[in-house]
Amino acid sequence: MRTWGIVLVALGGLAFAASAGFAVADDHPAECRVGEPQLDNNFPLPRVEKAIAGKRLDILVVGAGSSTLPGPNGATNAYPARLQAALSEKLPGVAVKVLIDVKVSRTAPDSLKSLLGGLASVKPSLLVWQAGTVDAMKGIDPDAFSGALGDGVDAAHKAGSDVILVNGQYSPRTESMIALGTYADNMRWVALQREIPLLDRFGIMKLWSELGTFDFSTPTKKLDIAERVHDCIGRLLADLIIEGSKPVTPAGAN
Amino acid sequence: MALPESERDLRLDFFRGIALWLIFLDHIPSNVVNWITIRNYGFSDATEIFVFISGFTVAYVYGRAMREIGFIVAAARILKRAWQIYVAHVFLFAIYLAEIAYVAQSFDNPLYGEEMGIVDFLKQPDVTILQALMLKFKPVNMDVLPLYIVLLLGFAPMLWLLQRSPSLGLATSALLYALMWWFDWNFPAYPSGTWAFNPLAWQLLFVFGAWCALGGAQRLALWLRSPIIRGLALAYLVFAFTIAMSWYFPRLGNLVPRIVGELIYPIDKANLDVLRIAHFLSLAVITVWLVPRDARWLESPLAWPAIICGQHSLETFCLGVFLSFAGHFVFTEVSNRLWVQVAVSLAGIGIMVGVAWLISWYRRAERGAGPPPPAKRPRLVRGAA
Repeated sequence: MRTWGIVLVALGGLAFAASAGFAVADDHPAECRVGEPQLDNNFPLPRVEKAIAGKRLDILVVGAGSSTLPGPNGATNAYPARLQAALSEKLPGVAVKVLIDVKVSRTAPDSLKSLLGGLASVKPSLLVWQAGTVDAMKGIDPDAFSGALGDGVDAAHKAGSDVILVNGQYSPRTESMIALGTYADNMRWVALQREIPLLDRFGIMKLWSELGTFDFSTPTKKLDIAERVHDCIGRLLADLIIEGSKPVTPAGAN
Repeated sequence: MALPESERDLRLDFFRGIALWLIFLDHIPSNVVNWITIRNYGFSDATEIFVFISGFTVAYVYGRAMREIGFIVAAARILKRAWQIYVAHVFLFAIYLAEIAYVAQSFDNPLYGEEMGIVDFLKQPDVTILQALMLKFKPVNMDVLPLYIVLLLGFAPMLWLLQRSPSLGLATSALLYALMWWFDWNFPAYPSGTWAFNPLAWQLLFVFGAWCALGGAQRLALWLRSPIIRGLALAYLVFAFTIAMSWYFPRLGNLVPRIVGELIYPIDKANLDVLRIAHFLSLAVITVWLVPRDARWLESPLAWPAIICGQHSLETFCLGVFLSFAGHFVFTEVSNRLWVQVAVSLAGIGIMVGVAWLISWYRRAERGAGPPPPAKRPRLVRGAA
């Protein structure tokens, strides 16, 4: 579908990464950097900008099973914790706290109920909402899906939180059994309509798979790839947040 | 009502064959060749073409039977066709079960704990298989045949109405479409939600195809030749293309005016969004303009592969669904290198053409079997009639 576009963008990104490699060698692992060109959706995050200025950034991550990792170290290695680590590193002097409200096999309408409570009690500056996979598996009505997303975004904005949406994982083995397409489209449209960023996790992971960065097809019980993937997702999410919270430049300046 | 008894319009077969190829390609996820299919360049996709042409040919074939033999026999034949499609669908479901059972046994990855939940239904086959037989549980990419079955089940009375009063038939269909939108009607699905192709919505395109077959096309001919209509169609296609490009290049997405975004999103595939119908109609207007009925190349060997697939659409469609499973299997089990993706796509289309040819050969052979007819006699009789 958009593989060619992705490959072209990726090649551009690789060339860029190679030329700038020395300057930022201590920044991200090279494997994460491959996904950077995918972060091309820069709607501003004014509430995060304000929170960073105030030296305290609370983030609430709401999602389902693909926001977790199994095992005793699952919580510290999953992307929400990695996001906290990456942001703390990039924002010295800012108290970054990532809270999670994650439950396996939860649909977007289910998450909505839960996050309304979370917004009231945590009062985060940013809500990261991961959705799509369970909705596709359960065949939730696409209208109900985008309706829930829209309501959640509106409620977050009203409660003083910015929102970033995170879509489903790319999973080659189950790709012909889980129809993510409609739900990914709806997430993209909700993000465009509400002018909020979307982390295209699906596109990023697919790119990694195509370029051989990570092997998602071979069966394994080991956690190493899963941990590296979550680490990268956490870092890329941090990039997206930093990018979105930069003071808005006058139109046409970039 | 007198119908032009001219020979079959090859354009129908040709474009239905192309639609079947595109559906096959689109059903292989992460296939680089998908990049060429029309769904990437506008709102509608190959499904619209398939449903419209199916409505057209079904009305053409059974409409004649209804006029010549009567309502009961024609209705019985339509129901028989629905039954054949049901059997085909169950056969495909069996293949899907085999595939998913294999994945359940052979695949493990801690990254995909959630995704692997998709095989959980194997734990309660009693419920799922029953739901599948009732057309409520429909695996990915297996939504089109159930839609077709329901459309055929309701088609006999509609065909009767269309032959009495074409305008009333089409108006009834449009009314049903409107009521569906108003009251949010759809068929329930299992384990939750509703049908991914709402038959109450998609019937509009099916009936419109039938209406065209029963003389509507001639009535539209004048309109289709109007430069204003052609200009509007072209403008709409350009608009849809621009919007589609903004999906792949997020920077462009930010340029789509908010008001436009609010008007058009979400583009509802399940309920056959008006934007999708308009896109299909625009494509049709331009196609009919560029490809006249008597276009020479339709009879050339280049067009033959698509035409032969279009003439055996049910078989080719089912084969395409199976081949898309198989193709994806090759990608995950063997390799998904670029050349493999291209090779699998071409091989799939090649197999579809080969099997379609084989089926037409069988038909001819079977027609030739039975008591050998006296040579040349029938032709004399027909010539005398």
